[in-house]
Amino acid sequence: MLAEKGYIEPAALDVLVDTYQTRIGPRNGARVVARAWIDPEFHAWLLRDASAAIASLGYSGRQGEHMIAVQNTVQRHNMIVCTLCSCYPWPVLGLPPTWYKSAPYRSRAVREPRAVLAEFGVTLPEATEVRVWDSTAEVRYLVIPQRPAGTEGMGEAELAELVTRDSMIGTGLPRGRST
Amino acid sequence: MSYKSRADLGGQRGHGAVTPEVEGELWHAPWEPRVMALTVAMGATGSWNIDMSRSARESLPNYTALSYYEIWFTALRKLLLERRLMRRAELQGGTSIDAPLQMPNVLRAADVPARMALGSPTLRAAVAPAKFSLGQRVQTVRRRPDHHTRLPAYARGKVGSIECIHGAHVFADTNAQGLGEQAQWLYTVVFDAAQLWAECTGSRHRVSVDAWEPYLEPCEDLP
Repeated sequence: MLAEKGYIEPAALDVLVDTYQTRIGPRNGARVVARAWIDPEFHAWLLRDASAAIASLGYSGRQGEHMIAVQNTVQRHNMIVCTLCSCYPWPVLGLPPTWYKSAPYRSRAVREPRAVLAEFGVTLPEATEVRVWDSTAEVRYLVIPQRPAGTEGMGEAELAELVTRDSMIGTGLPRGRST
Repeated sequence: MSYKSRADLGGQRGHGAVTPEVEGELWHAPWEPRVMALTVAMGATGSWNIDMSRSARESLPNYTALSYYEIWFTALRKLLLERRLMRRAELQGGTSIDAPLQMPNVLRAADVPARMALGSPTLRAAVAPAKFSLGQRVQTVRRRPDHHTRLPAYARGKVGSIECIHGAHVFADTNAQGLGEQAQWLYTVVFDAAQLWAECTGSRHRVSVDAWEPYLEPCEDLP
């Protein structure tokens, strides 16, 4: 009926679904992270001006207009949540998974992040600080996980395979990196 | 007037365990992609802004009983009725009765990539200098206003410090009420978890929110 009234064009709906089903998803973010792992200049740019660095790889726009990249280190583990709704960096991660939008994650990530991480199979060293970012405005956050040891010889595409969606939200670690 | 958000979940107890999900699992019912696309396409017409649509969702009386895309769909219908783009009889019958309203900004298939790649940036020119500086201690306002707002309940009346300054951004509170963008300085304010929940004392854990300047007051007390 929205089409009948001329408010929407049905073909646009198909393009939207296809866009977020096949073109825009966490493989975009994985490429950003892999590039940061192998290219120190890009890494520095990503930390300084994430929106521009990410746009240079062709990813920009809706729900990622103002990006900040946060680096995981031995000292600090970053984790992203939106307690108020489901704010999520679409251009680099696509549409959020169900758990990200659900009450258990939204209620608990800020209050007991280590318990939540345990449900994802992640246990951090006691000394590591957990830093939770609640996306309450239009800034969107991307976690840059630590590069796994023993990957020195890998190229960008191979490294991108190690970067999971959850590792860029901060609820997981890249493949090949154990706690 | 009494505005109630049912979406402010941070810190609540009793919601159970998180259920992880494999990457690439996007939909859980065949109608969900349609609702996602309808919502994005209607949003692109400019009939309402994103803050109005968040407000429409969080104020649904049955918010907690609905699945994510049910929330989107219910709020979409609510906005269509409120903006008189449709009548209840039309929504129920599934056929158009009234002549459509003028819709100048229909999202065309050919324009989807460019429109999505552009998005809707919220950064605006600041009309006044920022009141707070990096590292400054601030206190968040305590009172919850009677309209859509983006300072979570758990972070009200708390002392934190300014970690990032993001420039002046469209102010969600006024934008959601149709009172204009009224851009305000936006900050990341970080709190020790023990400030927020007593039981977090000793846990190496900090939490930040992004807070517009009207949510903040200078904190004069001793460190």
